[in-house]
Amino acid sequence: MMNEEKLVQLQQFAKRVRNHIVPMASDGGCFLGASLSAVDLLTYLYVDHLNLHKGNLKDENRDYLFLSKGHDVPALYGIFAELGWIEADRLKNHLSTEDHIYWHPNRNIPGVEFHSGSLGQLPSVSIGVAMDIIIRGGENRVYCVMGDGELNEGSCWEAFLVANAYKLDNLTFIIDRNNFQANMATEDLIPLESLVEKFESFGMMTQRIDGHDFMALEKAFSNIKGQTGAQVIICDTVRGKGLPSIEARADRWFCNFSQPEIQELLVELNEGFGANLVAETLVVR
Amino acid sequence: MTYEKLLEKTALEDDRFIVMTAENRALVRNLPTSLGNRFIDTGITEQTMLGAAAGLALRGRKPVVHALSAFLTMRAFEFTRTSVGIANLPVKLSSFIPGVLSDGNGPTHQAIEDISIMRGIPGMEVFAPADEEDLVEMLPQIWATENPSYVRINTRPAIMKHKPYVFGKAEHIFEGKDCTILTYGFMLEESVKAHQLLSDLGYQVGLVNLRNLKPFDGDLISKLATQTSCFITIEDHFLTGGLFSILAEYLVKNQILIPTHSIAFEDRWFKPGRLSEVLIHEGLDAKSLVEKIQKFIQK
Repeated sequence: MMNEEKLVQLQQFAKRVRNHIVPMASDGGCFLGASLSAVDLLTYLYVDHLNLHKGNLKDENRDYLFLSKGHDVPALYGIFAELGWIEADRLKNHLSTEDHIYWHPNRNIPGVEFHSGSLGQLPSVSIGVAMDIIIRGGENRVYCVMGDGELNEGSCWEAFLVANAYKLDNLTFIIDRNNFQANMATEDLIPLESLVEKFESFGMMTQRIDGHDFMALEKAFSNIKGQTGAQVIICDTVRGKGLPSIEARADRWFCNFSQPEIQELLVELNEGFGANLVAETLVVR
Repeated sequence: MTYEKLLEKTALEDDRFIVMTAENRALVRNLPTSLGNRFIDTGITEQTMLGAAAGLALRGRKPVVHALSAFLTMRAFEFTRTSVGIANLPVKLSSFIPGVLSDGNGPTHQAIEDISIMRGIPGMEVFAPADEEDLVEMLPQIWATENPSYVRINTRPAIMKHKPYVFGKAEHIFEGKDCTILTYGFMLEESVKAHQLLSDLGYQVGLVNLRNLKPFDGDLISKLATQTSCFITIEDHFLTGGLFSILAEYLVKNQILIPTHSIAFEDRWFKPGRLSEVLIHEGLDAKSLVEKIQKFIQK
C-alpha cells in the first residue's frame, strides 16, 4: 500500500512534468492533450515501477517501456528531464533541427527504446523483445503504452493474438483510455467498448483502473506478476488532464498556443485559475 | 547444400540467428526440431512477424524471416520500412515465390514490384540469386552484414556452375560485342538458353547474372558499356522500378550513352498458369527472348 509521502512525491513529480510539457505546445506546438493524459501513468512507471535508471539504460536486464502511441512524447521527455536523463534546458530545443526533440520519439534521446509515430507498430516490436527475454531466460519485463485510438489499427489485434499464442507473461499492454482519437470521441467514430471483454476474449488478464490514481496504478501493476500470459491494464484518463480549459475537448488534440496563452495555461495548471484562451490556436492535422 | 540445410547450419553455429515464418514453412519444415525456441512461427501475420523481428534484432538477434513474396513485401511493408528500416536492424527477409515463380497463383500472389519496393528503403540490401547453388553461395555474405536485406529466394536446381560470390559484384558469365543481357534471379535460366541459341545463330552476346540489385555493380556496367553495343535487361518484374530503372538511373547519373532495351512486365499482371506455359504466354521463354533480342540487335 502506497504511503502518503510516496503519493505526494508522485503527484509533485507529475506536476513538474506537466510544467515541462505545456511550453512545448507553442512555437510549432505539440500533441498536448494526449501528453497530459499519459503523464500520471508514465510517472508511476518510471518513478516507482520499472527496473530502469540512468545507470542501466543499455543493460540487457533492464525493463523495457515502448511508447507506441508516440505523439505523447512530451510526457516522456518531461519525465526524462525530471529523472536527469536529459537536461531540462534541452526541452527548449523542441522542433529545432539542431536537436532530436520533435513530435514523435526517437532513439537519439537517452531512455527512448524505439521510435514510434506510426500507430500499431510497437505492439509487435514489444513482442519480439519479450520473446527474446524469454528465450534467454531473463527476468525483465516489457511494457507497451498504447493509445485508445490506436486500437483502430488491425495490427494491434494481430499482435494480441500472437502475444496470447506465445504466452508472453513478461509483456503488459497499457491503454491510455482518454476516450478521444485525433478529432473525435472514440465512441462516436469507431466504438471500442466493451474493452475489458475484448481483451479478455483474446486471452489476456485485463484490469481497468483510474489512470490518474497512483494507488490504483500501484495495485494494478502489482497484480501483473505471476500471470501465465500477456496482460492488459486499461487506464481511464482525461485528455488534457491538469488543464480544465482544454480537458476532454475534441478540438484540443494538437495545440499550438501563443506565448501569453502558455503563461495563462501555466497559471491554470499551478494555481487553478481558468485560462483565458483568446486566439484561435487549433491546428488541424 | 540446400537452403534449409544452410540456414540450419548457420543458426546452429551462431545463436544470434532466429528463424521466423508467417506460417510459410515450405523452406524451413525441419527447423522447429533442430532450433527449438529459436524457430518462431507467428501464424499468418506478416506485419507482426516483421515487427517482432525488429524487436528481436533490438536485442542483438539476426532474424531470418519467411513469407510469400507478395505478402512479405506488401502486407508487411510499413513494418519493414518503419520498424526495421528506420532503425537499420539486421533483419533478413527470405522471399518465397517471387516474380514468375508464383506461377498459377494469380495476381494476388504476384510479387513483380518487390525489387522496386524494397530498394526504396534506405539501407536495405536487395539480392536475387539465379538458382539454389547461387543462393547458397551468396547467403553467407548476405546474412553476415549488419544491414537489413531482401532476398528473392530461388531454390530451383542449378543450371550452371557459378563463380564465387563477391559481395556487391555481379557474375559476368559471357562477353559479347553485339549486346549484353543483364538479368537476375529465375530469368537467368531462360537467358542462358537464349544465349546458346543466339550463339548458334552467330551472334556474340554477353550475359551478366546481376546477383545483387542493391548494391548495384556499377563498375561492371561502366566497363561493359565500352565493350558491348547495347544492354538488354530481362526481368520478371514490372518495367518500373526494377533492373531497367536501376540501370537507367546509373547510366544517366554517370552520363553513359548506350542503347538500352528491356524485357519486363509493362504495367500489367502476368497470365497465371503452370510456369512453362506462363513463360511462353508472356514471351519470356528462351525462344521468344531470342526473337526479341535479334530485333534489338538489328535496330
